[in-house]
Amino acid sequence: MPVMSRFVRLGETDRPPVTLYVDDQPVTALEGDTLMVALLASGGTLRQGEFGPEKRAGFCLMGACQDCWVWTSSGERLRACSTLATAGQRIVTSQPESTWPSNA
Amino acid sequence: MAEQRIIIVGAGPAGTRAAQACVAAGLQPIVLDEGRHAGGQIYRRQPDNFTRPYTKLYGTEADRAQAVHDAFDAIRDRIDYRPETLVWNIADRHVWTASGTGQTALPFDALLLCTGATDRLMPVKGWQYAGSYSLGGAQVALKSQAVSIGHRVVFMGSGPLLYLVASQYVEAGAAVAAVLDTSPFSARVKALPDLLAVPSILWNGVKLTQAIKRAGVPVHLGVTPVEILGDPDTGVNGVRFRDSGGKEQSIACDAVAMGHHLRPETQLADLARCAFAFDSHTRQWLPERDGDGRASVAGVYLAGDGARILGARSAEASGTLAALAALADLGLPVDKGVTASLRGEVATYAKFARGLATAFPWPSAQAAALPDDAVLCRCEGVSAGDLRAVMRETGAQEANRAKAFSRVGMGRCQGRYCGLAAAELIAAEAGIPVDQVGRLRGQAPVKPINIGIGDEK
Repeated sequence: MPVMSRFVRLGETDRPPVTLYVDDQPVTALEGDTLMVALLASGGTLRQGEFGPEKRAGFCLMGACQDCWVWTSSGERLRACSTLATAGQRIVTSQPESTWPSNA
Repeated sequence: MAEQRIIIVGAGPAGTRAAQACVAAGLQPIVLDEGRHAGGQIYRRQPDNFTRPYTKLYGTEADRAQAVHDAFDAIRDRIDYRPETLVWNIADRHVWTASGTGQTALPFDALLLCTGATDRLMPVKGWQYAGSYSLGGAQVALKSQAVSIGHRVVFMGSGPLLYLVASQYVEAGAAVAAVLDTSPFSARVKALPDLLAVPSILWNGVKLTQAIKRAGVPVHLGVTPVEILGDPDTGVNGVRFRDSGGKEQSIACDAVAMGHHLRPETQLADLARCAFAFDSHTRQWLPERDGDGRASVAGVYLAGDGARILGARSAEASGTLAALAALADLGLPVDKGVTASLRGEVATYAKFARGLATAFPWPSAQAAALPDDAVLCRCEGVSAGDLRAVMRETGAQEANRAKAFSRVGMGRCQGRYCGLAAAELIAAEAGIPVDQVGRLRGQAPVKPINIGIGDEK
Protein backbone atom coordinates (compact mmCIF):
# COMPACT_ATOMS: atom_id res chain seq x y z
CA MET A 1 0.00 0.00 0.00
CA PRO A 2 1.58 3.30 -1.01
CA VAL A 3 2.05 5.82 1.75
CA MET A 4 -0.34 8.70 1.16
CA SER A 5 1.67 11.14 3.15
CA ARG A 6 4.87 10.78 5.09
CA PHE A 7 5.01 14.01 7.07
CA VAL A 8 2.24 15.02 9.44
CA ARG A 9 1.44 18.67 10.02
CA LEU A 10 1.26 19.48 13.74
CA GLY A 11 0.57 23.18 13.59
CA GLU A 12 1.08 26.40 11.62
CA THR A 13 -1.63 25.29 9.21
CA ASP A 14 -3.21 28.71 9.00
CA ARG A 15 -1.06 29.78 6.07
CA PRO A 16 -2.15 30.62 2.53
CA PRO A 17 -2.02 27.65 0.14
CA VAL A 18 0.31 27.61 -2.85
CA THR A 19 0.01 25.24 -5.80
CA LEU A 20 3.06 23.78 -7.48
CA TYR A 21 3.46 20.96 -9.97
CA VAL A 22 5.34 17.78 -9.20
CA ASP A 23 5.87 15.52 -12.20
CA ASP A 24 3.08 17.56 -13.84
CA GLN A 25 0.59 16.82 -11.06
CA PRO A 26 -0.71 19.75 -9.00
CA VAL A 27 0.34 19.69 -5.34
CA THR A 28 -1.07 22.06 -2.75
CA ALA A 29 1.40 23.25 -0.15
CA LEU A 30 1.39 26.09 2.37
CA GLU A 31 3.35 29.31 2.07
CA GLY A 32 6.64 28.83 3.94
CA ASP A 33 6.83 25.08 3.28
CA THR A 34 10.10 23.69 2.01
CA LEU A 35 9.82 21.59 -1.13
CA MET A 36 10.47 18.57 1.04
CA VAL A 37 7.49 19.28 3.25
CA ALA A 38 5.33 20.17 0.24
CA LEU A 39 6.12 16.82 -1.38
CA LEU A 40 6.08 14.63 1.72
CA ALA A 41 2.90 16.09 3.20
CA SER A 42 1.18 14.89 0.04
CA GLY A 43 3.22 11.79 -0.83
CA GLY A 44 5.56 9.17 0.53
CA THR A 45 8.88 9.69 -1.21
CA LEU A 46 11.02 12.21 -3.09
CA ARG A 47 12.97 10.19 -5.61
CA GLN A 48 14.27 6.79 -6.68
CA GLY A 49 17.60 5.75 -5.12
CA GLU A 50 20.36 5.41 -7.73
CA PHE A 51 22.21 2.47 -6.19
CA GLY A 52 19.41 0.39 -4.71
CA PRO A 53 15.81 -0.59 -5.33
CA GLU A 54 14.42 1.71 -2.66
CA LYS A 55 12.83 5.11 -2.93
CA ARG A 56 14.24 7.97 -0.86
CA ALA A 57 12.68 10.71 1.23
CA GLY A 58 15.64 12.70 2.56
CA PHE A 59 17.57 12.13 5.74
CA CYS A 60 19.25 15.06 7.52
CA LEU A 61 17.01 18.06 6.64
CA MET A 62 19.95 20.41 7.13
CA GLY A 63 21.66 20.40 3.79
CA ALA A 64 24.40 17.93 4.72
CA CYS A 65 23.37 14.57 3.25
CA GLN A 66 22.07 15.59 -0.21
CA ASP A 67 19.56 12.73 -0.09
CA CYS A 68 16.65 15.01 -1.00
CA TRP A 69 17.61 16.21 -4.45
CA VAL A 70 14.80 16.99 -6.86
CA TRP A 71 14.98 18.94 -10.12
CA THR A 72 13.24 21.81 -11.82
CA SER A 73 11.65 21.11 -15.17
CA SER A 74 14.58 22.93 -16.77
CA GLY A 75 17.04 20.54 -15.13
CA GLU A 76 18.34 22.61 -12.21
CA ARG A 77 19.10 20.49 -9.15
CA LEU A 78 17.47 21.56 -5.87
CA ARG A 79 17.91 20.41 -2.31
CA ALA A 80 14.29 19.87 -1.27
CA CYS A 81 15.02 20.40 2.44
CA SER A 82 16.39 23.91 2.00
CA THR A 83 14.40 25.24 -0.97
CA LEU A 84 11.09 26.97 -0.40
CA ALA A 85 8.02 25.81 -2.30
CA THR A 86 6.59 28.60 -4.46
CA ALA A 87 3.44 28.94 -6.49
CA GLY A 88 3.66 27.62 -10.03
CA GLN A 89 6.99 25.85 -9.47
CA ARG A 90 7.47 22.83 -11.74
CA ILE A 91 9.41 20.04 -10.05
CA VAL A 92 10.49 16.67 -11.42
CA THR A 93 11.49 13.81 -9.13
CA SER A 94 13.66 11.84 -11.53
CA GLN A 95 17.17 12.89 -12.40
CA PRO A 96 17.15 14.51 -15.86
CA GLU A 97 20.30 12.62 -16.90
CA SER A 98 18.63 9.29 -16.12
CA THR A 99 16.31 9.81 -19.05
CA TRP A 100 19.04 10.64 -21.55
CA PRO A 101 18.95 8.36 -24.59
CA SER A 102 22.36 6.88 -23.75
CA ASN A 103 20.95 5.54 -20.49
CA ALA A 104 17.76 4.23 -22.01
CA MET B 1 45.99 51.08 7.77
CA ALA B 2 43.22 49.12 6.10
CA GLU B 3 40.85 47.40 8.47
CA GLN B 4 41.80 43.86 9.31
CA ARG B 5 39.48 41.43 7.64
CA ILE B 6 37.85 38.87 9.89
CA ILE B 7 35.75 36.16 8.30
CA ILE B 8 33.36 34.12 10.42
CA VAL B 9 31.90 30.94 8.97
CA GLY B 10 28.59 30.09 10.57
CA ALA B 11 25.90 32.13 12.33
CA GLY B 12 24.80 29.82 15.12
CA PRO B 13 25.56 30.53 18.79
CA ALA B 14 29.33 30.47 18.27
CA GLY B 15 29.38 32.56 15.09
CA THR B 16 26.92 35.08 16.49
CA ARG B 17 28.89 35.66 19.69
CA ALA B 18 32.16 35.82 17.72
CA ALA B 19 30.69 38.47 15.42
CA GLN B 20 29.39 40.40 18.41
CA ALA B 21 32.87 40.49 19.96
CA CYS B 22 34.37 41.75 16.68
CA VAL B 23 31.75 44.49 16.37
CA ALA B 24 32.39 45.52 19.98
CA ALA B 25 36.05 45.96 19.03
CA GLY B 26 35.05 48.29 16.21
CA LEU B 27 35.52 45.83 13.35
CA GLN B 28 33.09 44.76 10.65
CA PRO B 29 33.46 41.02 10.15
CA ILE B 30 32.12 39.11 7.16
CA VAL B 31 29.71 36.44 8.39
CA LEU B 32 29.10 33.61 5.94
CA ASP B 33 26.01 31.54 6.65
CA GLU B 34 24.61 28.59 4.75
CA GLY B 35 21.24 29.24 6.37
CA ARG B 36 18.58 31.58 5.13
CA HIS B 37 18.41 33.21 8.58
CA ALA B 38 21.03 33.40 11.30
CA GLY B 39 20.59 31.08 14.28
CA GLY B 40 22.33 27.90 13.20
CA GLN B 41 20.75 24.50 13.68
CA ILE B 42 19.95 24.29 17.38
CA TYR B 43 18.55 27.84 17.43
CA ARG B 44 17.25 27.61 13.88
CA ARG B 45 14.53 30.14 13.20
CA GLN B 46 11.17 29.25 11.76
CA PRO B 47 10.01 30.93 8.53
CA ASP B 48 8.78 34.53 8.90
CA ASN B 49 5.10 33.66 8.50
CA PHE B 50 5.13 31.02 11.29
CA THR B 51 3.78 32.12 14.64
CA ARG B 52 4.86 29.67 17.38
CA PRO B 53 6.44 31.46 20.37
CA TYR B 54 10.04 30.85 21.51
CA THR B 55 8.90 28.70 24.42
CA LYS B 56 7.24 26.28 22.01
CA LEU B 57 10.21 26.15 19.66
CA TYR B 58 13.13 25.95 22.06
CA GLY B 59 11.62 24.75 25.36
CA THR B 60 14.02 25.17 28.26
CA GLU B 61 16.47 27.01 26.00
CA ALA B 62 13.94 29.61 24.80
CA ASP B 63 15.62 32.51 26.60
CA ARG B 64 19.04 31.56 25.26
CA ALA B 65 17.73 31.16 21.73
CA GLN B 66 16.07 34.55 21.91
CA ALA B 67 19.20 36.14 23.37
CA VAL B 68 21.35 34.77 20.54
CA HIS B 69 18.83 35.90 17.91
CA ASP B 70 18.54 39.34 19.50
CA ALA B 71 22.32 39.66 19.68
CA PHE B 72 22.57 38.87 16.00
CA ASP B 73 19.77 41.24 15.01
CA ALA B 74 21.41 44.03 17.02
CA ILE B 75 24.65 43.79 15.01
CA ARG B 76 23.07 42.85 11.69
CA ASP B 77 23.69 46.31 10.19
CA ARG B 78 27.25 46.49 11.42
CA ILE B 79 28.50 43.24 9.88
CA ASP B 80 28.77 42.05 6.31
CA TYR B 81 26.24 39.22 6.60
CA ARG B 82 25.92 36.85 3.69
CA PRO B 83 23.13 34.29 4.17
CA GLU B 84 22.60 31.30 1.87
CA THR B 85 26.32 31.28 1.20
CA LEU B 86 28.29 28.05 1.20
CA VAL B 87 31.99 28.02 2.00
CA TRP B 88 33.19 25.19 -0.19
CA ASN B 89 36.95 25.51 0.06
CA ILE B 90 39.77 27.18 1.94
CA ALA B 91 43.01 27.45 0.04
CA ASP B 92 45.92 29.89 -0.28
CA ARG B 93 44.59 32.01 2.61
CA HIS B 94 41.31 32.53 0.77
CA VAL B 95 37.80 31.44 1.65
CA TRP B 96 35.91 30.24 -1.41
CA THR B 97 32.19 30.83 -1.32
CA ALA B 98 29.28 29.92 -3.55
CA SER B 99 25.82 31.42 -3.43
CA GLY B 100 22.90 31.95 -5.76
CA THR B 101 24.64 34.94 -7.29
CA GLY B 102 27.96 33.31 -8.01
CA GLN B 103 31.25 32.52 -6.37
CA THR B 104 33.98 34.55 -4.82
CA ALA B 105 37.35 34.09 -3.09
CA LEU B 106 37.85 36.19 0.02
CA PRO B 107 41.25 36.78 1.61
CA PHE B 108 41.35 36.99 5.41
CA ASP B 109 43.54 38.14 8.26
CA ALA B 110 41.63 36.00 10.74
CA LEU B 111 39.27 33.15 9.98
CA LEU B 112 36.86 31.91 12.63
CA LEU B 113 35.34 28.54 11.84
CA CYS B 114 32.03 28.13 13.68
CA THR B 115 30.77 25.36 11.44
CA GLY B 116 28.56 23.48 13.88
CA ALA B 117 27.73 19.81 13.94
CA THR B 118 25.76 17.11 12.21
CA ASP B 119 24.32 13.91 13.65
CA ARG B 120 26.64 11.02 14.39
CA LEU B 121 25.07 7.95 12.85
CA MET B 122 25.45 4.27 13.49
CA PRO B 123 24.02 2.41 10.50
CA VAL B 124 21.30 -0.13 11.16
CA LYS B 125 20.23 -2.68 8.59
CA GLY B 126 17.42 -1.04 6.60
CA TRP B 127 18.36 2.56 7.33
CA GLN B 128 18.23 3.34 3.62
CA TYR B 129 14.44 3.08 3.58
CA ALA B 130 12.35 6.21 3.14
CA GLY B 131 11.21 7.28 6.59
CA SER B 132 14.59 6.93 8.30
CA TYR B 133 15.82 10.33 9.37
CA SER B 134 18.60 11.67 11.50
CA LEU B 135 17.56 12.87 14.95
CA GLY B 136 18.63 16.38 14.06
CA GLY B 137 16.58 16.13 10.89
CA ALA B 138 13.54 15.03 12.86
CA GLN B 139 14.02 18.09 15.06
CA VAL B 140 14.42 20.45 12.11
CA ALA B 141 11.16 19.09 10.64
CA LEU B 142 9.31 20.03 13.79
CA LYS B 143 11.13 23.22 14.69
CA SER B 144 11.32 24.89 11.34
CA GLN B 145 8.34 23.36 9.52
CA ALA B 146 5.93 22.21 12.27
CA VAL B 147 5.72 18.68 10.89
CA SER B 148 6.40 15.23 12.28
CA ILE B 149 8.55 12.92 10.14
CA GLY B 150 5.83 10.27 10.32
CA HIS B 151 2.49 9.10 11.68
CA ARG B 152 4.18 6.84 14.24
CA VAL B 153 7.78 7.56 15.07
CA VAL B 154 10.43 5.44 16.82
CA PHE B 155 13.41 7.28 18.29
CA MET B 156 16.47 5.04 18.24
CA GLY B 157 20.10 5.63 19.13
CA SER B 158 21.51 7.42 22.12
CA GLY B 159 22.53 10.77 23.49
CA PRO B 160 20.80 13.86 24.81
CA LEU B 161 19.20 14.65 21.45
CA LEU B 162 17.30 11.33 21.56
CA TYR B 163 15.33 12.47 24.59
CA LEU B 164 15.16 16.12 23.64
CA VAL B 165 13.63 15.48 20.22
CA ALA B 166 11.36 12.66 21.44
CA SER B 167 9.99 14.94 24.15
CA GLN B 168 9.51 17.78 21.67
CA TYR B 169 7.52 15.40 19.44
CA VAL B 170 5.38 14.28 22.37
CA GLU B 171 4.80 17.87 23.40
CA ALA B 172 3.82 18.88 19.85
CA GLY B 173 1.26 16.09 19.67
CA ALA B 174 3.13 13.64 17.42
CA ALA B 175 2.64 9.89 17.90
CA VAL B 176 5.86 8.52 19.41
CA ALA B 177 5.90 4.71 19.37
CA ALA B 178 9.00 4.18 21.50
CA VAL B 179 12.38 5.52 22.56
CA LEU B 180 15.11 2.90 22.11
CA ASP B 181 18.39 3.83 23.75
CA THR B 182 21.50 1.72 23.14
CA SER B 183 23.08 2.98 26.37
CA PRO B 184 22.50 1.05 29.58
CA PHE B 185 21.32 2.75 32.75
CA SER B 186 24.59 1.84 34.48
CA ALA B 187 26.49 4.19 32.14
CA ARG B 188 24.50 7.13 33.46
CA VAL B 189 25.34 6.30 37.04
CA LYS B 190 29.02 6.18 36.09
CA ALA B 191 28.72 9.55 34.34
CA LEU B 192 26.99 11.33 37.21
CA PRO B 193 30.05 13.04 38.74
CA ASP B 194 30.90 14.72 35.41
CA LEU B 195 27.26 15.46 34.58
CA LEU B 196 26.90 17.33 37.85
CA ALA B 197 29.26 19.95 36.41
CA VAL B 198 26.16 21.61 34.92
CA PRO B 199 23.23 20.56 37.12
CA SER B 200 20.70 22.69 35.22
CA ILE B 201 21.19 20.77 31.97
CA LEU B 202 21.21 17.47 33.83
CA TRP B 203 17.94 18.39 35.50
CA ASN B 204 16.44 19.39 32.13
CA GLY B 205 17.36 15.93 30.82
CA VAL B 206 15.69 14.23 33.75
CA LYS B 207 12.54 16.28 33.25
CA LEU B 208 12.41 15.50 29.52
CA THR B 209 12.69 11.78 30.17
CA GLN B 210 9.93 11.96 32.77
CA ALA B 211 7.68 13.81 30.33
CA ILE B 212 8.20 11.11 27.70
CA LYS B 213 7.34 8.34 30.16
CA ARG B 214 4.39 10.25 31.55
CA ALA B 215 2.98 10.42 28.01
CA GLY B 216 2.94 6.62 28.02
CA VAL B 217 5.81 6.21 25.56
CA PRO B 218 7.85 3.05 26.23
CA VAL B 219 11.51 3.84 26.89
CA HIS B 220 13.97 0.94 26.56
CA LEU B 221 17.57 1.26 27.72
CA GLY B 222 20.49 -0.92 26.72
CA VAL B 223 18.92 -2.08 23.46
CA THR B 224 20.68 -3.48 20.41
CA PRO B 225 19.08 -2.34 17.15
CA VAL B 226 18.64 -5.28 14.76
CA GLU B 227 16.84 -3.94 11.72
CA ILE B 228 14.69 -1.16 10.35
CA LEU B 229 11.94 -3.05 8.55
CA GLY B 230 10.66 -1.63 5.32
CA ASP B 231 9.62 -1.89 1.74
CA PRO B 232 11.58 -0.39 -1.17
CA ASP B 233 8.54 1.53 -2.46
CA THR B 234 6.70 2.54 0.69
CA GLY B 235 9.58 2.85 3.13
CA VAL B 236 9.84 2.08 6.83
CA ASN B 237 7.20 -0.10 8.46
CA GLY B 238 8.83 -1.18 11.71
CA VAL B 239 11.88 -1.64 13.90
CA ARG B 240 13.36 -4.82 15.31
CA PHE B 241 15.65 -4.70 18.35
CA ARG B 242 16.96 -6.82 21.20
CA ASP B 243 16.05 -5.48 24.61
CA SER B 244 18.49 -5.34 27.51
CA GLY B 245 17.51 -8.90 28.44
CA GLY B 246 18.42 -10.15 24.96
CA LYS B 247 14.82 -10.73 23.87
CA GLU B 248 13.96 -9.69 20.34
CA GLN B 249 11.04 -7.28 19.94
CA SER B 250 9.37 -5.52 17.01
CA ILE B 251 7.57 -2.19 16.93
CA ALA B 252 5.41 -1.00 14.05
CA CYS B 253 6.15 2.52 12.83
CA ASP B 254 6.47 4.48 9.61
CA ALA B 255 9.40 6.63 10.65
CA VAL B 256 12.62 6.26 12.61
CA ALA B 257 14.64 9.16 14.01
CA MET B 258 18.12 7.86 14.63
CA GLY B 259 21.47 9.10 15.85
CA HIS B 260 24.17 8.93 18.51
CA HIS B 261 24.76 12.49 19.60
CA LEU B 262 26.75 14.68 17.23
CA ARG B 263 29.95 15.01 15.26
CA PRO B 264 31.70 18.28 14.43
CA GLU B 265 31.75 19.54 10.85
CA THR B 266 35.52 19.74 10.49
CA GLN B 267 36.01 19.65 6.72
CA LEU B 268 36.87 23.36 6.49
CA ALA B 269 39.41 23.10 9.29
CA ASP B 270 40.91 20.21 7.35
CA LEU B 271 41.05 22.20 4.10
CA ALA B 272 42.65 25.08 6.04
CA ARG B 273 45.34 22.49 6.89
CA CYS B 274 44.73 22.45 10.62
CA ALA B 275 46.34 19.59 12.51
CA PHE B 276 43.97 16.96 13.94
CA ALA B 277 44.27 14.65 16.93
CA PHE B 278 42.31 11.56 17.90
CA ASP B 279 40.02 12.00 20.88
CA SER B 280 39.71 8.62 22.55
CA HIS B 281 36.72 9.67 24.63
CA THR B 282 34.43 10.30 21.67
CA ARG B 283 36.45 8.16 19.22
CA GLN B 284 36.55 11.07 16.79
CA TRP B 285 39.33 13.06 15.16
CA LEU B 286 39.19 16.69 16.21
CA PRO B 287 41.09 19.74 15.01
CA GLU B 288 43.71 20.77 17.53
CA ARG B 289 43.33 24.13 19.24
CA ASP B 290 44.65 25.91 22.26
CA GLY B 291 42.43 26.83 25.20
CA ASP B 292 41.19 29.96 23.42
CA GLY B 293 40.42 28.36 20.06
CA ARG B 294 43.62 28.98 18.09
CA ALA B 295 44.11 26.23 15.51
CA SER B 296 47.55 24.94 14.51
CA VAL B 297 47.48 27.27 11.48
CA ALA B 298 48.16 30.95 12.23
CA GLY B 299 45.11 33.15 11.82
CA VAL B 300 42.62 30.28 11.98
CA TYR B 301 40.35 29.91 15.03
CA LEU B 302 37.85 27.20 15.95
CA ALA B 303 34.75 27.56 18.10
CA GLY B 304 31.50 25.88 18.98
CA ASP B 305 30.40 22.35 18.15
CA GLY B 306 32.33 22.55 14.86
CA ALA B 307 35.51 22.15 16.87
CA ARG B 308 34.31 19.78 19.56
CA ILE B 309 30.83 18.81 20.73
CA LEU B 310 30.36 20.80 23.91
CA GLY B 311 26.85 22.06 23.30
CA ALA B 312 25.13 25.32 22.44
CA ARG B 313 25.79 27.06 25.75
CA SER B 314 29.48 26.36 25.45
CA ALA B 315 29.43 27.48 21.83
CA GLU B 316 28.43 30.99 22.91
CA ALA B 317 31.40 31.14 25.27
CA SER B 318 33.90 29.58 22.87
CA GLY B 319 32.70 31.84 20.05
CA THR B 320 33.45 34.94 22.08
CA LEU B 321 36.71 33.44 23.31
CA ALA B 322 37.95 32.60 19.80
CA ALA B 323 37.08 36.10 18.59
CA LEU B 324 38.96 37.65 21.51
CA ALA B 325 41.97 35.46 20.68
CA ALA B 326 41.81 36.66 17.07
CA LEU B 327 41.51 40.29 18.17
CA ALA B 328 44.45 39.92 20.54
CA ASP B 329 46.55 38.36 17.77
CA LEU B 330 45.65 41.28 15.51
CA GLY B 331 47.02 43.64 18.13
CA LEU B 332 43.73 44.89 19.55
CA PRO B 333 43.21 45.31 23.30
CA VAL B 334 41.37 42.46 25.00
CA ASP B 335 40.11 42.26 28.58
CA LYS B 336 42.07 39.43 30.21
CA GLY B 337 39.47 39.04 32.95
CA VAL B 338 36.76 38.28 30.40
CA THR B 339 39.00 35.78 28.65
CA ALA B 340 39.76 33.98 31.91
CA SER B 341 36.11 33.71 32.87
CA LEU B 342 35.16 32.36 29.43
CA ARG B 343 37.90 29.74 29.67
CA GLY B 344 36.42 28.62 32.97
CA GLU B 345 32.97 28.40 31.43
CA VAL B 346 34.17 26.25 28.52
CA ALA B 347 36.07 23.98 30.93
CA THR B 348 32.86 23.37 32.88
CA TYR B 349 30.97 22.43 29.72
CA ALA B 350 33.87 20.19 28.68
CA LYS B 351 33.48 18.27 31.93
CA PHE B 352 29.77 17.93 31.31
CA ALA B 353 30.42 16.77 27.73
CA ARG B 354 32.76 14.08 29.05
CA GLY B 355 29.89 12.95 31.25
CA LEU B 356 27.59 12.76 28.23
CA ALA B 357 30.15 10.65 26.35
CA THR B 358 30.25 8.27 29.32
CA ALA B 359 26.48 8.20 29.80
CA PHE B 360 25.67 7.71 26.12
CA PRO B 361 28.63 5.84 24.66
CA TRP B 362 29.12 5.47 20.91
CA PRO B 363 28.30 1.76 20.36
CA SER B 364 31.32 1.00 18.22
CA ALA B 365 30.77 -2.76 18.47
CA GLN B 366 27.52 -2.32 16.57
CA ALA B 367 29.47 -1.34 13.44
CA ALA B 368 31.62 -4.42 13.72
CA ALA B 369 28.49 -6.56 14.13
CA LEU B 370 26.68 -5.19 11.07
CA PRO B 371 25.54 -8.14 8.94
CA ASP B 372 27.09 -8.38 5.47
CA ASP B 373 23.81 -7.53 3.77
CA ALA B 374 23.26 -4.31 5.74
CA VAL B 375 23.75 -1.07 3.81
CA LEU B 376 26.66 0.76 5.41
CA CYS B 377 26.91 3.74 3.04
CA ARG B 378 23.39 4.83 2.21
CA CYS B 379 24.49 7.30 -0.49
CA GLU B 380 26.15 4.69 -2.68
CA GLY B 381 24.31 1.62 -1.42
CA VAL B 382 27.53 -0.08 -0.29
CA SER B 383 26.95 -2.92 2.16
CA ALA B 384 29.04 -3.92 5.16
CA GLY B 385 29.87 -7.11 3.25
CA ASP B 386 31.08 -5.07 0.25
CA LEU B 387 33.52 -3.19 2.48
CA ARG B 388 34.72 -6.39 4.15
CA ALA B 389 35.28 -7.97 0.71
CA VAL B 390 37.28 -4.92 -0.41
CA MET B 391 39.44 -5.24 2.69
CA ARG B 392 40.07 -8.90 1.99
CA GLU B 393 40.87 -8.32 -1.68
CA THR B 394 43.01 -5.21 -1.37
CA GLY B 395 44.29 -5.32 2.19
CA ALA B 396 43.05 -1.74 2.64
CA GLN B 397 43.02 -0.78 6.33
CA GLU B 398 43.23 2.99 6.02
CA ALA B 399 40.04 5.05 5.74
CA ASN B 400 40.83 6.88 2.50
CA ARG B 401 42.27 3.81 0.81
CA ALA B 402 39.23 1.74 1.77
CA LYS B 403 37.05 4.56 0.46
CA ALA B 404 38.84 4.59 -2.89
CA PHE B 405 38.26 0.87 -3.38
CA SER B 406 34.78 0.55 -1.89
CA ARG B 407 33.19 4.00 -2.47
CA VAL B 408 32.19 4.10 1.23
CA GLY B 409 32.29 7.81 2.02
CA MET B 410 32.52 8.89 -1.61
CA GLY B 411 28.84 9.65 -2.15
CA ARG B 412 26.57 12.62 -1.73
CA CYS B 413 27.16 13.12 2.00
CA GLN B 414 30.94 12.72 1.61
CA GLY B 415 31.18 10.32 4.50
CA ARG B 416 29.43 12.52 7.07
CA TYR B 417 26.96 9.79 8.01
CA CYS B 418 28.83 6.53 7.37
CA GLY B 419 32.46 7.54 7.89
CA LEU B 420 32.74 7.00 11.62
CA ALA B 421 30.95 3.64 11.52
CA ALA B 422 33.01 2.52 8.51
CA ALA B 423 36.19 3.28 10.46
CA GLU B 424 34.94 1.14 13.36
CA LEU B 425 34.07 -1.71 11.01
CA ILE B 426 37.50 -1.55 9.36
CA ALA B 427 39.23 -1.45 12.74
CA ALA B 428 37.31 -4.47 14.02
CA GLU B 429 37.83 -6.41 10.81
CA ALA B 430 41.56 -5.64 10.72
CA GLY B 431 42.02 -6.05 14.47
CA ILE B 432 43.60 -2.63 14.87
CA PRO B 433 42.68 0.38 17.06
CA VAL B 434 40.30 2.74 15.28
CA ASP B 435 42.73 5.66 15.37
CA GLN B 436 45.05 3.64 13.16
CA VAL B 437 42.34 3.56 10.49
CA GLY B 438 42.73 7.33 10.27
CA ARG B 439 40.06 9.72 9.13
CA LEU B 440 38.42 10.62 5.86
CA ARG B 441 40.15 13.69 4.45
CA GLY B 442 37.98 16.76 3.86
CA GLN B 443 37.55 17.35 0.14
CA ALA B 444 36.61 20.51 -1.74
CA PRO B 445 33.88 21.23 -2.52
CA VAL B 446 32.73 20.27 0.97
CA LYS B 447 29.20 20.12 -0.43
CA PRO B 448 28.10 19.81 -4.05
CA ILE B 449 28.08 23.11 -5.93
CA ASN B 450 26.69 23.98 -9.33
CA ILE B 451 29.34 24.00 -12.02
CA GLY B 452 29.59 26.78 -14.52
CA ILE B 453 28.70 29.65 -12.22
CA GLY B 454 30.55 32.84 -13.03
CA ASP B 455 32.69 35.05 -10.80
CA GLU B 456 30.87 37.55 -8.68
CA LYS B 457 31.61 41.20 -9.43
